[in-house]
Amino acid sequence: MGLRKVAIVGAGLTKFHRYAQETPKELAYEATKMALDSCEMTLDDIDSVCLGTAPDAFDGVHMKGEYLSDGAGGFRKPYMRHFVGGGTGVMSPIHGWFHVASGMFDTCLVVAEEKMSSAFPHPAGAFLTIFDHTTEQPLYPTLIWIFAIEMHRFMHKYGYTKKDIAQVAVKNKANALFHPSAQLGAKITVEDVLNSEVMAYPVNRMDISPTSDGAAAIVLASEEVARRVTEKPIWIDGIGYCLDSAYWCNRDLYYPDYVEIAARQAYDMAGIKEPSKEIHIAEPYDPFTYKELHHIEGLMLCKRGESVKMLLDGVTQRDGNLPCCPSGGALGVGNPIAATGLMKIIEIFLQLREEAGERQVPGQPTCGLAQAWGDLMQVGTVVVMRS
Amino acid sequence: MLDADLIAKTATKLSLKEIQEGKVLSVKDKPNLKYAWDNGVAIGRYLAELKEGRIIGKKCHSCKRVLVPPRLFCELCWRPTDEWTYVQDTGTILTFVISHVNWDASRVKRGQRYHTPAVIELDGAGKDQGILHLIDEIDPKDIKIGQKVQAVWKKPEERTGSITDIKYFRVIKK
Amino acid sequence: MTRQVAVIGAGTTGFRATTPDVSYREMTYEAAKKAYLDAGVEPKEIGAFVATSEDFVEGYSIADEYAPDQLGAALKSLYTVPGDFIQAMGSAVMMLKSGLYDIVAVQGLSKASNMLTKAYLTEFALDPIYNRPLKQHPDYIAGMEMNRYLFETGTTREECAQVVVKNKRNAMFNPLAAHACDLTLDYVLEAEMVAYPLSELDIAPYSDGAVVIVLAAGETAKALSDKPVWVRGVGWCSDSPTLETRDWGQAMYASLAAEMAYKMAGIKSPRSEINFVELNDEFSYKELQHLEALRLCNPGEAGVLTMDGATEISGSLPVNASGGCLGVGNLFECTGGQKVLDVVLQLRGEAGRNQLKNVSTGLAMGWRGLPTTTGAVAILSN
Repeated sequence: MGLRKVAIVGAGLTKFHRYAQETPKELAYEATKMALDSCEMTLDDIDSVCLGTAPDAFDGVHMKGEYLSDGAGGFRKPYMRHFVGGGTGVMSPIHGWFHVASGMFDTCLVVAEEKMSSAFPHPAGAFLTIFDHTTEQPLYPTLIWIFAIEMHRFMHKYGYTKKDIAQVAVKNKANALFHPSAQLGAKITVEDVLNSEVMAYPVNRMDISPTSDGAAAIVLASEEVARRVTEKPIWIDGIGYCLDSAYWCNRDLYYPDYVEIAARQAYDMAGIKEPSKEIHIAEPYDPFTYKELHHIEGLMLCKRGESVKMLLDGVTQRDGNLPCCPSGGALGVGNPIAATGLMKIIEIFLQLREEAGERQVPGQPTCGLAQAWGDLMQVGTVVVMRS
Repeated sequence: MLDADLIAKTATKLSLKEIQEGKVLSVKDKPNLKYAWDNGVAIGRYLAELKEGRIIGKKCHSCKRVLVPPRLFCELCWRPTDEWTYVQDTGTILTFVISHVNWDASRVKRGQRYHTPAVIELDGAGKDQGILHLIDEIDPKDIKIGQKVQAVWKKPEERTGSITDIKYFRVIKK
Repeated sequence: MTRQVAVIGAGTTGFRATTPDVSYREMTYEAAKKAYLDAGVEPKEIGAFVATSEDFVEGYSIADEYAPDQLGAALKSLYTVPGDFIQAMGSAVMMLKSGLYDIVAVQGLSKASNMLTKAYLTEFALDPIYNRPLKQHPDYIAGMEMNRYLFETGTTREECAQVVVKNKRNAMFNPLAAHACDLTLDYVLEAEMVAYPLSELDIAPYSDGAVVIVLAAGETAKALSDKPVWVRGVGWCSDSPTLETRDWGQAMYASLAAEMAYKMAGIKSPRSEINFVELNDEFSYKELQHLEALRLCNPGEAGVLTMDGATEISGSLPVNASGGCLGVGNLFECTGGQKVLDVVLQLRGEAGRNQLKNVSTGLAMGWRGLPTTTGAVAILSN
């Protein structure tokens, strides 16, 4: 069935900081300008704009999408925002794909921005409001509780240890040393992670990615425009997204069904039958250390229960058979929620064009995947790209 | 392709101290947003029963689950649910957490008990039908998955029709 | 050959000032059940779902978490568009035209009655550095725009007041409407001022309610429905979000959105090809400003047409036969959904007492309300 081909032709990314001086609009502008410049296009060449940004509560502006529209190039253009919580950053290229694949637009500027530092004293407080206002909020929960619950179930199910899981942080923070946007690239050890203060057992401080301010943008184009604008268009070959029930207490959290369903949608569309062999490089979402492993299993990049073995065998290292988070991921680069997902998309884009500099994965990868997750352990968004 | 120099110029790093000490101009605001959410039929009954010291759910004949909190429709079978069914105020710990942080990310003060929220499968609700609540009256270190728990209710005159009419669950020693 | 898209099902709970007996979940379930029954589909046949909501309107963050269950969309493809219903519909149209899906559902919901501090909510949407510190009741923005619009076009307060009279009276025979009443022009003109020249009665009251529509593409649409309503064109646009740099007299966002929709629909002269309109009139002058921006009459003409009765149900271009926002209620993000619903009902001959005769093409227009300059347009035909 003839789906219109859509490619990513340009990308831009700001530096990620815990506290950035720039306003949300300015951050969006910086990323957008860089993305347009990278493929020598101007706003006049852009037919449509779509933007992803996570809860308005962080920036402290209601209808945040409207507020950001001019910074994101949306002035007097068809401009729309999409939202699936933490999964937004990878939903962004999917929404952009709809724009171009529909035939209604030839180009789409896709922007993701987050300024979490506006929420004082700490954006974590805003997460109270994601819980059901009547049946859960009166208990004053925090998102860390659900993460800890999920991590606990995951470890319990397969006998994973904190020591093993901590290796994800070691790997990703080390990878991030070579990422120009990185907030927290560093050489750390497993002991550093295990000795960091306990937030909610089994989650320690260094199991968690930092909150950040940052923005990212990509330019999508139809085949005709893509081939005019760049010699290395990267094709969006598969998309998938899936949102589970809000009743998270009725689900066993050890396995992300919604990630698998989203992945299957993307693999079907891309014609991928054996993801562990055909995906050369992956950027699963890693807001917490164990999440990278949880998602690798959901993406069916290994059998259930084997993600730790994959990690310890070095398969997911940059020079391994299936590098995961060569960018440094959320753990190393930073986690400005929506922008993180798009940062991962950009990483695959660069890697497939062999333009990832010192982060470049060897072996000339031709097929990569980026994935994000969000809400109450609910949504999976997956994009498969090929050169 | 990402130019490190260009990227370095895109955002200016600040520290919390600089902001708090006013070295950077900033604007403070606090929203005045108030809501009164309609509970509707299902949750309305749930809260009314909690006030009476009972936990009520609603059965779905199709998937056989007893849904707690109750809903007028089963989200998996996509059909209206069937009869109201009381479940017991005892249950089993499906999973739990020992949290050293409060809801706003501040750390639990020295000497105060860590939070121990849990997902509790209530007796009568069916496999894996859990609700979120708190565990207390036990050293966090001694909590285990699979333990049996019992709700500890507020006195009738203190109840308001809220999930907090149950103060917490305590582990029942065999 | 691009795929044709049609509305094959629509469901609503109707609109009321308060809905204390049902939760937002129960309301949406009702609208969805009706829409799916109308379309003759089960949720499992629906390829994807697009919900609309804004966190602060609902009062919890990541509002899309709570969308799937009541739509039958748990563990399916769903995302939220924080935007007007017609923008979400635009997304659904793109999704169907891409060929990836055959059936997509769009949902809108309002529990406006649950939001107790609406003025503060609108204020919270203003620029935190430049505008919020002024601490003004945000209706001043509409007052300022009305003032400029009247100045630029020569439209009068009487003409705006006539919009109020017309729409609230139209609502009297719309069983779904919440704010119907029979007023005289003088009564409206004597209403208390809020932000001169905007008075209390120039402002639409809020309503609760849910709307779900089911869209299908090409052969699937024809197979499933014997009364498909074809979406010939859709468009959306955002103008400047800042108060300082926007055009105060004209609604550019509406013109550009309409231009996109007309082009897609192949409409060269809107005035003769559009039979009736349901557009955003949450402030009385907006009906006139939007009518002109949609190129359905010349600048300054909308008020005259209104006084002449051209926009009445019996007129040559009925506008807001349903009662519009003034008569039905302002539904936050779902407002555009009420417009689409009423256009669909008219085109299917299901509009009851207010049924328009011999209509084949209708236009639904949404605006996101203060302080935005974002609008969307859909053109539908039977």
